Amino acid sequence: MGVLVRIPTPLRTLTKGAAEVQADAGTVGDLIEVLERQFPGLKDRLVEDGGQLRRFINIYINQEDIRFLQGATTTLKQGDEVSIVPAIAGGR
Amino acid sequence: MERPLDRVKGLKCRECGRPYPASPVHVCEFCFGPLELDYDYEVIRARISRARVEAGPKSIWRYADLLPLDLESGEPRIGAAVGFTPLVRARNLAEEWGVRELYVKNDSVSHPTCSFKDRVVAMAIGKAREFGFDTVACASTGNLANSVAAHAAQARLRSYIFIPAGLEQGKVTATLVYDPTVVEVAGTYDEVNRLCAEIGDRYHWAFVNINLRPYYAEGSKTYGYEIAEQLGWRAPAHVVVPCAGGSLLTKIAKALQELTLLGLIPERRTSMYAAQAAGCGPIVTMIQKDTDVLTPVRPQTICKSLAIGNPADGYYAYRAAKDSGGYGEYATDEEIVEGMRLLARAEGIFAETAGGVTVAATRKLIESGRIPRDEPIVMCVTGNGLKTPEPLHDRLGSGASIQPSLAAFDRALADLKSKTGT
Repeated sequence: MGVLVRIPTPLRTLTKGAAEVQADAGTVGDLIEVLERQFPGLKDRLVEDGGQLRRFINIYINQEDIRFLQGATTTLKQGDEVSIVPAIAGGR
Repeated sequence: MERPLDRVKGLKCRECGRPYPASPVHVCEFCFGPLELDYDYEVIRARISRARVEAGPKSIWRYADLLPLDLESGEPRIGAAVGFTPLVRARNLAEEWGVRELYVKNDSVSHPTCSFKDRVVAMAIGKAREFGFDTVACASTGNLANSVAAHAAQARLRSYIFIPAGLEQGKVTATLVYDPTVVEVAGTYDEVNRLCAEIGDRYHWAFVNINLRPYYAEGSKTYGYEIAEQLGWRAPAHVVVPCAGGSLLTKIAKALQELTLLGLIPERRTSMYAAQAAGCGPIVTMIQKDTDVLTPVRPQTICKSLAIGNPADGYYAYRAAKDSGGYGEYATDEEIVEGMRLLARAEGIFAETAGGVTVAATRKLIESGRIPRDEPIVMCVTGNGLKTPEPLHDRLGSGASIQPSLAAFDRALADLKSKTGT
């Protein structure tokens, strides 16, 4: 499914500066593979060696944290907006 | 413009150790770990002493040698009177609970906005000026909003304050009065925070708790320094800290470690305890289940200032509590209100709901034997009850209401006495 992916500043060196990219993928897990093919090196920055999403990365689909959905197996729909956001922010 | 400080080497990723220049960045480009200040402690050690601190101003700036702001050129213009709040010996509460030495570090009377956020904001806004920003911003559940708006006004900077819908009216009013631009977002704090991370990527503003976070967070250390100095230059054995994002707990621990490293206090293990609302306790859950994986929650609590379901420093707060031999405890909404009333009734301190969480959690930790009764305990009260009176409505005694005559008062008094049996 075609989705819009928002890329945070630290990863834009890999996307040639693009803040938003289009990708076709069925699930969040697939999306990471697809992004890796489009932008080699991206997967390594998002995922630890064991395949787990890095501790300090949060992924949102249409503003919803994927940890409230089905994590990496969450399915994507045409037109979904996916945000990759560094976890370290906030106070109160 | 900023000039280099000899005590600050730069920023460093807490996870992978990669160095970064001291600039408005907060996340490691490689592993997304948090960036922290990297100090040259030899430079600090050569300069600092108890006498030098004690001769300093009665504010957080007495610890300027341990902070990342450039103050060599004189006194700070922003937040000059922040900090050095009372450390109150809670004798009545200690007696009720059967503990020997109990203290309240009382930031409910922090200048200027009555919460510990003045400490972090003074740091962040000072740094925003050094970096040359003209606009500051924050995501906030209220206390931070108050403080950013106030300090931005002082600094004559524009401010954008993002808050979740449905905050206590007192906190909204105490933000709007400084005339910032307030943006109320239809969502939870976590949603506001995520939005702000994205806004921060697009607009080049100084988000105090995002791109200025390394500097902002350093302000929390002053809370820990003051506890140690006010105890007569010694660390307490136990500190109970209300946790939202979890940063304060980690920074109090760091402050005590720094003072020990610099030889300003004798070595002693201080156990750190996280206090959270039962309806939003992801950090306490990590501690009690002993897992380093944070599971975010959707907050359901009257304690809005602690309603962060996805705490940024959750992992580090968990580590600091575990590594220090501390623990974590929840407080239900009823216990929060009871905690607020207890602190007021016993010690004459009106804390906000987060203070109620701390008091309730401390009591449970003592009763369960997690905190021993014969060692010094500090409870962290970080905000003022006048900002969050809503949960107390209909839960307090109402006294009497009478006509202006002596006879009416006599009748009312007899009535009250018969009700209370005194």
